Order: sequence, then C-alpha cells, then structure tokens
Amino acid sequence: MLKKQEYKGKLIVVEGIDGSGKSTQIDLLFKWLQSLGKTVYFSEWNSSTLVKSTTKLGKQEKMFTPTTFSLLQATDFADRWENYILPMLKAGVIVLADRYAYTAFARDVARGVDRAWVRNLYSFAAQPDIVFYFRVPLDVAVDRILTGRSNLKYYEAGMDLGLSDNKVTSFRLFQQRIINEYEAMVNEFGLTTIDGTLPIKKQQKQMRQITRAVIKGWEGLPNPQRRVRPVQVRKSVPGKAG
Amino acid sequence: MKRPVFYGAGFPYRSFKELPGKLIVLEGTDGVGRSTQIAMLRQWLEEEGYAVSDTGLNRSPLTSPGLEAAKLGHTLSPLTMSLFYATDFADRLENLIIPALKAGFVVLSDRYFYSIIARDVVRGADPEWARKIYGFALKPDIILYLKADIATLISRIVHGRGFNYWEAGMDIRCADNLFDSFAAYQSRLMEQFEQLSKEYGFITVDANRHANDVFIDLRQQIRAVIE
Repeated sequence: MLKKQEYKGKLIVVEGIDGSGKSTQIDLLFKWLQSLGKTVYFSEWNSSTLVKSTTKLGKQEKMFTPTTFSLLQATDFADRWENYILPMLKAGVIVLADRYAYTAFARDVARGVDRAWVRNLYSFAAQPDIVFYFRVPLDVAVDRILTGRSNLKYYEAGMDLGLSDNKVTSFRLFQQRIINEYEAMVNEFGLTTIDGTLPIKKQQKQMRQITRAVIKGWEGLPNPQRRVRPVQVRKSVPGKAG
Repeated sequence: MKRPVFYGAGFPYRSFKELPGKLIVLEGTDGVGRSTQIAMLRQWLEEEGYAVSDTGLNRSPLTSPGLEAAKLGHTLSPLTMSLFYATDFADRLENLIIPALKAGFVVLSDRYFYSIIARDVVRGADPEWARKIYGFALKPDIILYLKADIATLISRIVHGRGFNYWEAGMDIRCADNLFDSFAAYQSRLMEQFEQLSKEYGFITVDANRHANDVFIDLRQQIRAVIE
C-alpha cells in the first residue's frame, strides 16, 4: 500500500475518468494557492520525458499488453516521483497532481491486471493529503469527451481489450469498468468525492474549503517571487490530462 | 514445462493451456561467461534436434531504444531503472518467451528477473517490493547459476569487453574509480545472488573453470530437464 505522507510539503491529487472535469478544477486550485502566496508545483500523469519515446513507440505500433502498459506507466511515475515530486515535497512545496497512482489502480485493473500486484508497484509513493475524486455519470463524461473531438485514440478507447469493434462503444465499456474501480477505492483509500455535475464554481468552493483545512497553520516553503511582485510566474502549466 | 506456473498472479487476462517447451535460465554476475555458454548450448541443442530461442535483458523492441537512451543520461534513478527493466522483461516474457514455449522451443534465457532484483536491492530498493513486481513471471524449468570469484570476473572483463560504467555500479559510486567500484559492486551483487539462490532454487555451477568444463556440467543438467 502507499506510504504515509510524512514530508514537509503537501500533496493534493485529482482523480476521475476522462471528462470528469478534474483538470479544470486543479487548474483553478493551482491559481488560488498561488494567489495565497504558496509555492506550488504541478505534475501531470504520463509526462516523463525519459519514458516518452517508449510510450510513443508502444502506442504507435500497438505493442502494449496490459502488463507492459502498466509497468511503463509505473516507470513514468517513478521518474517523476524521484526527480520532481519527492524533492518538491521534501522542500515543503504544495504538489498538485493531475492523476496519481489511483489512475493506474483503476485503469490497469480495468485492463485485467491483478489488483494487489499493481498496488505493490506504486507502494514507494506517498498517500496524498487529499485525493479529490470527481464522480460523474458515464453519459455526462462521454458526452464531454466526444463533443468537439473527431477521434478517440486506440488505447484511450480501450480498443486493446477487444470489448467492441466500435470505438465509442469500447470507450464506454472501458470507462464503466474504470468507474467501478474508482468507486471501490473511495473507501479503500478514503477518497474525497466531488460531484462533477455541479457547477464548476461550486465544486471549486468545496475543494478550497477542504484544502484550506489541510494547509491551516502550515507554513511550507515561502514563495520569494511573491514578495517582490504580486504577479505570478508559473513554470509548469496545467493542461489536458492524458 | 507442461502447465505453466507463475510466481504470483501471472497474466490474469490470458489463459494458457500447455507450454510444451522448456525454459532454461542462466544467471550470474557480469563477466561470468553466460553468453559464451549460451552460444555453446545453442549449438549443442540444435545438433540434438531441438529448436532454440534465446533472449536476454534489455532486448525488448518496445523498451530497448528508450532504455539505452536513458542510460546515456544522468536522470535514470534506481526506482525508474528498476521499473524500466521490469517492462523490458514483461514484454519479452509475453511476446517472445511464452510464444516460443507454446511452440515447443527450448528457450535459453541469458539472466532472468533475479538479476534485476539483485541490482535493485543493491541500489536500495525494498527487497519485498522488487520480488512482488515479478508476480507475473513464469517459473523456469531450471535455473543455472554461474558462480565465479571476483578475480576470475576481473580477468574475463580485462581480456574481454573492458570495464563499463554500469557493470561497475558507478551510478551508485561503490568506489571513486571503475576498477574498485567493479569489485565492490560485483561482490554486493553476489551476496544478493546467494540469498536468491536459496529462495528460488538455483543450481550453482562453478564458473571459475575453463569454458568447456563449465559447458559439460551445464549440458548434463539441461539434458536431465529436456529428456
């Protein structure tokens, strides 16, 4: 299982299926924390440059099996953990992560790997201070994803599972399996559920309330840029999650 | 092997009936002569009429280019390296070793996941974590551990490919120079192999001897498995 978070910093994570609205929310949370003068670092799923070329090759050539897909994503995470997330937490930074180990627990198990096995893979990582899980009905999420998009990608749609020859049907079946895994994790890991069908502002208000309670009376690493001028300089920009 | 047996959950999304081939693993530290032996064994087995397939670490077409590139940089940290090698191993197991066994081949594996575990643990990985990763791995029909003294390894390295950064464990700086680091690193690996040997039931073969003598021993052990 995940390790207890005992570093100086704070770790806040958003989770949920594609189209659940989590990236929008974490971006707003990021801006708010910065406006409070906090030092914030953002990390996105599947973004390690070390592993990038291998992921690209595997996707292009459709070379992945559920096990190799799972292991490569764990490699990607390990690289970000060792080189960014861990040092930032030790330094006293608030680390915001768009997807974390739970994404692997949900997706990889939906692909058919063993539950206990994939949990062991990530057992070097810390249990976050808060995990916001964005709960949305499948239809709402699928609608958001398919609107304005011509094409679902092969692995994104779970086409490797052979659930259906139709990409949209396959995507729906795959996402439903992922939802089932997330729902089971709400109790297992104590995820904080956010109703992803509420207005954006309302969701954000809830998140800020919960976050405020976690950072109350906590100092962390001061943000020197903040004192010189109130304009925020951002190194890492939250974007669309993979 | 007939019915495949895994160390853990295996590949739950796949079903295997019978794997009529044989999986033969050669383990041992760097410079112990594994590739020489694999070449000799392959020739012998083919002469005997067995179809042979061989494989070794970092030969997966999926991960090999990326892993090679990563090894040239300086950001490949122990956990990341460990999981990258696990991906390589899984890819070869699912896409090469198992299909070959299904087709009735004798598969000669130059190292298996035991070497990866040894390297991980020497680099500070949690031994239990490292072992559990390989719950998907197939149990081999036989694991032959080639064991030689540091002096033998050094002699082979000097007369062979020369000292190398990774084989000397320079990423964890066992010493401030390649030679001393090689000796220290390989000794630490051998301690791990001793432990693994008991756990996984290796058959130890004295590799301090001439290659032909080692080969005769290996041939005898393998013959008992394939006949």
